[in-house]
Parts: sequence; structure tokens; C-alpha cells
Amino acid sequence: MITTYLFYLLAFLSIMFGLMVVFAKNPVHSVLYLVITFFTIAGQYVLLNAQFLAAVHIIVYAGAIMVLFLFVIMLLNLNKETEPHKSLWLKLSATIASGLLLVVLVGSLKNAGTIPHPANFNTNIGLIENLGKTLFNDFLLPFEVSSILLLAAMVGAVMLGKKSIK
Amino acid sequence: MSAIFTIPIEWYILLSTVLFSIGVLGVLFRRNAIIIFMSIELMLNAVNLLLVAFSSYLSDSKGQVFVFFIMAVAAAEVAVGLAILMMVYRNSKSSDINDLSKLKW
Repeated sequence: MITTYLFYLLAFLSIMFGLMVVFAKNPVHSVLYLVITFFTIAGQYVLLNAQFLAAVHIIVYAGAIMVLFLFVIMLLNLNKETEPHKSLWLKLSATIASGLLLVVLVGSLKNAGTIPHPANFNTNIGLIENLGKTLFNDFLLPFEVSSILLLAAMVGAVMLGKKSIK
Repeated sequence: MSAIFTIPIEWYILLSTVLFSIGVLGVLFRRNAIIIFMSIELMLNAVNLLLVAFSSYLSDSKGQVFVFFIMAVAAAEVAVGLAILMMVYRNSKSSDINDLSKLKW
């Protein structure tokens, strides 16, 4: 029973802080709200028996990516409310468009086939042992390719960040 | 403590859909390029949540491994994207995406 309440609480908090990310005036506040949203999503991972993924999610997103965002915002000196806003017409059309997307997605997924409750449910799939076995047995080539991707991203970021490219 | 026995998967699908729509709203609603990047992160996380939910309900750890790859791609995307944003800011002194309309004719 407490799991259900926890799910509702985390879902409510993630939707509320997700909306506050979009509507916050100050970009620094947006980053902080997004960090809270990521923590609630990590809570959902724990509820779904993906404990290792929850830890990695907090480390990678809240620890690395959002610090990078904060660093860039401080570097660009955007921590004040100088942002020019779109016109009211554009804001209204953006809201209507995303609302329509939500309605279409919910309507199309409502009658999709459902998964019956698993009889022999394995609670250990989220542990690091099983994830490592799957990663290095079935996904070895994508794992290596992702390392090349990270190397390329690092080289690209360094080259873009240089003062002038000769 | 497992959510899988008490909560049907439709709730997770609904939550992911709402979070994804909030991300789309952020991309359409704001003009600050950094906020648009953050909304893209929110959309990626909605998809991650759905992958983890299906992986947990089907007792298959492949979905959770996919989440790792999405995280790697997101980290690479953020690093390159913020570097591009720094270049744009250095050249145009703003992070407003409406200044980036030179390719429009």
C-alpha cells in the first residue's frame, strides 16, 4: 500500500517540477527544478527494482550533466531575468500543440495491449551482476561503439570550445 | 517493496507520456537555448522511465542496458551542445534561438 502512495507522490512531484522547469523565469531555478525532477525519477527506478540504475542516474544526471548546465549558465552570466519572451500568440500555440500531442499519445496508448502481471517475477534483474552479464554478453559491440561516441564527443567539445580554430 | 504488484503498467505509460509532453512544451515555449536543452533531457528521461518500467514488468534486463546507452548518448549530446552554445554566445552575445536565423531565407 505504501508503494502505491509513494508512486503517486513521486509522479505528482515529477510532473509539478517538470512544469516548473518550463515556466521558471530564472534559468538557474530551472536547473535546480530539473535536478529535483531527476531525483523523483530515480525514486521511480527504486520502486521498479532498478537500484543500480537509480544510483547511476543520480550520479550521471544530477551529478554531472546538471553541474555542466549550471557551469555554462554561470559562465554565460544568464542568472538574471533578461530573457526575451515569445509573444503571447506563440506561447498559446505552443501550449495547445503540446497538449494535443499529449491527448493523441494518451488516446493511442489507451487501447494498446496490456502486460499481464508476471507470475514468476525476477526481482534481481536490476542488480549490477545481471546488468553486467547482459551488457557484456548481448551488447558488447554497442558498448564499444558508445566508447567511440564518447571519445568523438570529447574531441568535438574541445575543438568547439577553443578560442579560434586555425 | 516492489511497485510492480500494486501498480499497473498503464500508470507508468501515462506518467512517461506526460513528462514527454512537458518536454515538448518546453522546447516550443521557451526561447532560451539552455532551457530547450533541459527540456530535451526531460524527454530523454521520460523514455528512460518507460524502458525501465517495461524491463521490470517483463523481467528482462535488456531494457535497463538500453537506458545505459541512452545515458551515454545524452552525456555526449550535452557536452557537444553546450560547447556549440558557448560558441554561439561568443559570436552573438545571447542565447536566444531567434538570433540563429541566418540559415533561414
